[in-house]
Amino acid sequence: MREDRSPILELQGITKSFGGVEALRGVDFALSPGEIHGLVGENGAGKSTLMKIIAGVHTEFSGRFLIDGQETHFRSARDAHAAGIAMVHQELSVAPDLTVAENVFLGNQPTNALGLVQWRRMAREAGEQLARFGIDVDPMSRLGDLPIGLQQLIEIARVLFSGARIVILDEPTSALSPPEVERLFATLRRLREQGTAIVFISHFIEDILRVSDTVTVFRNGRKVAETASAATSKGALIEAMIGRGGEALEHSYSDDLMLPRPADGSVILKVDQLSLARSLKDVSFEARAGEVLGIYGFMGCGQQELSRILFGKLKPDGGTLAVEGRARTFASTAAARRAGVALVPESRRAMLFHQEPVYKNISISILDRISSLLLKPTQERDIAQRQVEQLQIRPPVVGLDLGMLSGGNQQKVALAKWLTYPPKLLVLCEPTRGMDVGAKNDVINIIRDLRAKGLAIIVLSTEPETVLSLADRILVLKRGAVVREFKNEPVSKDRLLEAA
Amino acid sequence: MSSETALAAGQRARGLAPFLRSQMRNIAPFLTLIFLSGFFALASPSFATLDNLGNILTQVSVTGIIAVGLTFVILCAEIDLSVASIANVTGIAVAYFTLQESYVNIPNIPLPGAAAFLLAILLCAALGLVNALGLTVIGIPSFIMTLAMMQIAAGISALLVRGQIAYKVPDMITTLGSGSIGGIPWIVIVAAIMLLGGHLVLTYTRFGRYVYMVGGNREAAEYSGLNVKLILGSVMVISAVCSGIGGMLGVAHFGSAQQNEFDTYLLDSIAAVVVGGTSLFGGRGGIGNTIVGLFVLGVLNNGLDHVNIDSFLKILIRGLILLAALIINVYAQRLREKAAE
Ligand SMILES: Nc1ncnc2c1ncn2[C@@H]1O[C@H](COP(=O)(O)OP(=O)(O)OP(=O)(O)O)[C@@H](O)[C@H]1O
Ligand SMILES: [Mg+2]
Repeated sequence: MREDRSPILELQGITKSFGGVEALRGVDFALSPGEIHGLVGENGAGKSTLMKIIAGVHTEFSGRFLIDGQETHFRSARDAHAAGIAMVHQELSVAPDLTVAENVFLGNQPTNALGLVQWRRMAREAGEQLARFGIDVDPMSRLGDLPIGLQQLIEIARVLFSGARIVILDEPTSALSPPEVERLFATLRRLREQGTAIVFISHFIEDILRVSDTVTVFRNGRKVAETASAATSKGALIEAMIGRGGEALEHSYSDDLMLPRPADGSVILKVDQLSLARSLKDVSFEARAGEVLGIYGFMGCGQQELSRILFGKLKPDGGTLAVEGRARTFASTAAARRAGVALVPESRRAMLFHQEPVYKNISISILDRISSLLLKPTQERDIAQRQVEQLQIRPPVVGLDLGMLSGGNQQKVALAKWLTYPPKLLVLCEPTRGMDVGAKNDVINIIRDLRAKGLAIIVLSTEPETVLSLADRILVLKRGAVVREFKNEPVSKDRLLEAA
Repeated sequence: MSSETALAAGQRARGLAPFLRSQMRNIAPFLTLIFLSGFFALASPSFATLDNLGNILTQVSVTGIIAVGLTFVILCAEIDLSVASIANVTGIAVAYFTLQESYVNIPNIPLPGAAAFLLAILLCAALGLVNALGLTVIGIPSFIMTLAMMQIAAGISALLVRGQIAYKVPDMITTLGSGSIGGIPWIVIVAAIMLLGGHLVLTYTRFGRYVYMVGGNREAAEYSGLNVKLILGSVMVISAVCSGIGGMLGVAHFGSAQQNEFDTYLLDSIAAVVVGGTSLFGGRGGIGNTIVGLFVLGVLNNGLDHVNIDSFLKILIRGLILLAALIINVYAQRLREKAAE
């Protein structure tokens, strides 16, 4: 806490509504230079909305907005940028078709006297900047071809080194593995020393407590608490977030956890010697009915490719894949779906239709089950309504465009797509990414229900907590190879990290 | 459900301006149509008559039939540049399989009318299938693939007629192309039925939903387990068959089948779809938009004849109107994205 400095940013009585829904009600918020300000709250609490107001994305709201004590009104994100505010959005906002270097310099490429872009200089400087942040990547490669975690890192690096005085990070760590998170925190601390004001949103409350000076808690569009991090605890924060005792809601998984005896359900998936170019090497394993198989590894360990192969999106170079004893080579994702395989990829954007209503997003993968030729909209809405209620998606309105939901609620919709007619094998990449503590618990319970129904479930994650909270058996993937299997034995976060 | 109605009301209550902004792609073409109609009605007494309405309808019929299939393609965020060529070759093919007058100097193969019709349909479907395979199996962008097909179909046309003109097509097609019933030209009825059919398929069938979803976000469609290639392939075939039907009726309507007869229809049909407000980025729009687009084009072409304007200037004016529509199309997409923020 640095009370001595006057705030650079001060918001008073901010109210913002989308149509009839109030996303923010009378919120006060202040930010001082050299401060890391943590922001927590349930999905849909209004965190991103407030940050988008600061970053000039939402321009219509009521309340006072002061920068350096001066009342200001941004008319666009450009204005905010000019005032020294930069933001990493929860939804990646990179340009996938441009090169890494172009993304790093987005909007201010170095040019020569003739106004031509100096490619070589741009590539070199981009490479240097990223290297300082520990990212080793060819600056001239197309950004969209990189794994999503790396894209996120590049986006973060761009914002951190943009020279902004106010940096906003909306769930920046959701796609990162522990070493990258450490690097990010080190950079944040360095920026703090230089006087940058930083807002950090996360559902990982331990991270928030570790890195931030002040924590603000949101609930239902209101600010319900603001304290010094040193003066609060995880339990207290969770309680403030959800309005009831939260002690039991989240484990820290630092102690050993006993994995159960392997299930004896029938083998649903058998993968043998799967390999793919530089990504996977001779991966073999089985997944059984009534079992959650966790696959853990750092970013880029081959998880993403593995999940794509299981769903027929990528073709392996070698090896075989059998579903319920039948050897399969999926020609398309449609073939995989018909064979009883379902996938929720780690990127929401990749599986949701932002301009379509929630119910169409939920029904799209089961339309052929409920209608042959003609659509049955009433039935579609009913099915969607049930899923929305079961998963407690907020707001519970199936006719709303998906883009109007908060990030965590969108993630729930992505899961809801597969739940009406459960597949035989459900492959989940980062299933709880971006979810608040309560929602995470809901999802954990849903996955356990599905397991009880006899599904084979594979959970792939770069977060040890996700795998530990769900899996009955854990494989550790390292540089495309399975290096360790944990089963019927004690396991903890440290043991996992050590194996990876 | 009270929360739902409250929210729906809320969405509306967000204010008229944002609502209008999000509906820009539907409203702008409609305003254009009203403006053009009003302008020509004032400028020429012969424009706003029932007779002339009939003219306009007849004039846009062939374009309308072709535009039905093209709407599917553009909704999927693809393009079909071979529509006019395929229309042309199908019209020529149906004449090629029909007995011509003795003075027509084409070494053709006369068959019964039904067989001629069937072969012509098979031909356009086959060409559409080639487009589909090129796009989905080989992975050639539709812009390039159909550009090649444009040339291929023109080549087949040339080989069939060898610079000559054929005049006769099967009786049924002659009737549909140039006959009328109760004062209404058959060709208008066929166009109306096909537009209606296209609308019903897009709005009420599973396939129609898939078309919108694939156009809206192709990656998400794939991750939802849709057979995206099958859907893309299907729309290419649908487009070719609609073009083929348009071509056969067109030949009957003009009373002749010859090379390069349909050249203007490529631009016209794309313009009808896009001017109507169907998004070039896919996923937004539909047959309703295409119908408005057809009327805008029809009124413009017909109206310019009524006001006695330099016929060379006409071409330029059409181009400018098309440019304006494209600007609105792209702009509307941006406004929508902004409204969804
Ligand atoms: N563009 C929009 N249109 C309509 N409603 C919106 C829009 N954006 C957000 N909302 C609503 O405002 C509320 C707050 O959303 P916000 O994105 O700020 O939540 P959040 O705290 O960031 O949640 P999460 O942890 O899930 O990201 C939610 O109820 C959401 O549905
Ligand atoms: Mg958010």
